[in-house]
Amino acid sequence: MDFASGGREIGMKRKWNWPIWIGFVVAVGGLFSYEFFAQFPITRDFPWASLLLFGIGAALLVVGLFRAFGRPQRYRGKVSGLVFSAIAFVFFAFFCYGVFYVLQQVPASSGAPRVGQKAPDFILLDQSGKPVGLGDLLSGSKAVVLIFYRGFW
Amino acid sequence: MRSFQQRLAEFDANGVRVVGISVDPPEINRRQSQKLGYAFPLLSDPKAEVIRRYDVLHPGAGPKGADVARPAEFLLDSNGVVRWVNLTENIAVRARPEQVFEALHQVGIAGE
Repeated sequence: MDFASGGREIGMKRKWNWPIWIGFVVAVGGLFSYEFFAQFPITRDFPWASLLLFGIGAALLVVGLFRAFGRPQRYRGKVSGLVFSAIAFVFFAFFCYGVFYVLQQVPASSGAPRVGQKAPDFILLDQSGKPVGLGDLLSGSKAVVLIFYRGFW
Repeated sequence: MRSFQQRLAEFDANGVRVVGISVDPPEINRRQSQKLGYAFPLLSDPKAEVIRRYDVLHPGAGPKGADVARPAEFLLDSNGVVRWVNLTENIAVRARPEQVFEALHQVGIAGE
């Protein structure tokens, strides 16, 4: 590091550049918190909560870098600031790739039953192992909502 | 589907049945419906036969490249005729109960 030109000369220990570290933690939180936020439609349909965390993290990292490079005699963190900013950016890119590309790779389902068509019949086992047919569901009901989902695995 | 469970009483009151379908086996569906408090049927289609019949298969999108269903919602009337379909373009964006109630209202099945 650059202590030759830094605080050593003026007999002062350089300060901990906290925005770099907090910013990094917040940005990492942006990635890993999505698993939590994805449980709620309001933060899943558009991932604004995770993007907000990335934004706060990025702002803090920028502040930290400005301190490290603008006043190197006072603040540490030139190298760590760059390294952690780069890692945070990779996380952000990975998040965007997942949310804005991978999640949108959905098959076209052009052969799915359309409005006005009769829904294909079926008999499947429910969670108690009992066979349930579409006819059973329809009888005595005004309507049936079929929800196809990816599964809990 | 959590949101559908939350409003299940309203669906019941309108004579509307809610059903989930996935490739998960009945054991997993039993555990999940207990854990999440789901009081509606979760149907098991492990070979994705019905999922294929509805053309809502997402090939290789499951764990270890398994075929799973893509999110999709169909509203059927009492004759089994499709009255509303929701085919999302984003796996994370699924139909909400409000949309189904609105569709029910529009096709004149459920009241206010």
